[in-house]
Amino acid sequence: MYTQGLDVQGLEPAAPPDAALLEERFLKRVDAEEKIEPKDWMPARYRNTLIRQISQHAHSEIVGMLPEGNWITRAPTLLRKSILIAKVQDEGGHGAYLYSAAETLGVSRDQLIDQLLSGKAKYSSIFNYPTPTWADVGAIGWLVDGAAIMNQIPLCRCSYGPYARAMVRICREESFHQRQGYDLMLQLARGTAEQKRMAQEALNRWWWPALMMFGPPDAESMHGTDSQRWKIKRFSNDELRQKFVDFTVPQARFLELTLPDPLLRWNESAQRHEFGPVDWTEFNQVLKGNGPCNTERLAARREAHARGAWVREAAMAHAEKQRLRKTGLAA
Amino acid sequence: MEDKNQWPLYEVFVRARGGLDHKHTGSLHAADARMAIEHARDLYTRRQEGVSLWVVRSTDITASDPTDADSLFEPARDKVYRHPTFYEIPDEVKTL
Repeated sequence: MYTQGLDVQGLEPAAPPDAALLEERFLKRVDAEEKIEPKDWMPARYRNTLIRQISQHAHSEIVGMLPEGNWITRAPTLLRKSILIAKVQDEGGHGAYLYSAAETLGVSRDQLIDQLLSGKAKYSSIFNYPTPTWADVGAIGWLVDGAAIMNQIPLCRCSYGPYARAMVRICREESFHQRQGYDLMLQLARGTAEQKRMAQEALNRWWWPALMMFGPPDAESMHGTDSQRWKIKRFSNDELRQKFVDFTVPQARFLELTLPDPLLRWNESAQRHEFGPVDWTEFNQVLKGNGPCNTERLAARREAHARGAWVREAAMAHAEKQRLRKTGLAA
Repeated sequence: MEDKNQWPLYEVFVRARGGLDHKHTGSLHAADARMAIEHARDLYTRRQEGVSLWVVRSTDITASDPTDADSLFEPARDKVYRHPTFYEIPDEVKTL
């Protein structure tokens, strides 16, 4: 059950005397692949890790509407416009599913939105890059949504029930996002020389940021071990990144486009691709707020939230009026 | 605990096809039940996932406590005679 009111009772007391016993029982359930549900006892660190991860994920979906939303009014055909609107609407929906899942852990929607708008909460660094051409819409679908799927499929088996269920729904919809992006890239790659160049340039822009989406290398990752112990995370950042590269190389070859990495090569004995070093300095800079669009993205979210305030208030006032009218307390 | 400005939470139940039960699908915030239905349509049935929607205020749901699960559900575990497979019927007896 996704009920917020009920979760409050589920918050553990400050220091239960049998905390060690409860934690042992909790870990046994996780080991047995049982799902943890909102009202079940869980360690505070598990709860906090989930709140952080699920809300960052939700924020990413919401901010992720902006780079592509940029192209809705300028999509080249009515069909492409319809597809893009449907995709951006999905992102909004995914944000809403995830906020709901986070709320089952005892945090309110308002708190979560405040954390995003105040800059306290993080979202995926990828959405701080600009979308200067129509081909960027294709590259985002193919690479960014492709990388997201790679990250998200294992989350469908995450130990926390509401998160896992939200991810199942999201993954079902995400496949359309990646395929429409590849389809768009294919159309450009098989188009005029100018269109093909546009596709190649977009690929050059998005390739490295897409690899960064899997997070820092395993050796430096802060959240790896606990998350894996709790079966929130099933594969390490580097494992997923490798899988993404192996999947994407043949797709790029089919497009007759070149991945912008001179060190990329097939390693026959290891049966995987080797690739060049990711620029983690850039990643950290973008994460710190110094990416090309950080300020613009947050400003857009703040403005949208502020401009919607009167609508939220009016809807509540209207609902209250209707309620009073129904109960006969008002004329 | 309910913030005055925060729209209340509703649980959403979707009937996927005629003849099936409504099934809990998720939750959403809305100012009132009518808006909750409209949001549920946009949020949970963008790809023909349903033919009918129910919404209910989350605070109106009473749920069993997981710590009571043993006392609530355990007693049914040793009542195997409630299941048809408990009874061994001779092969000669048909259509039973």
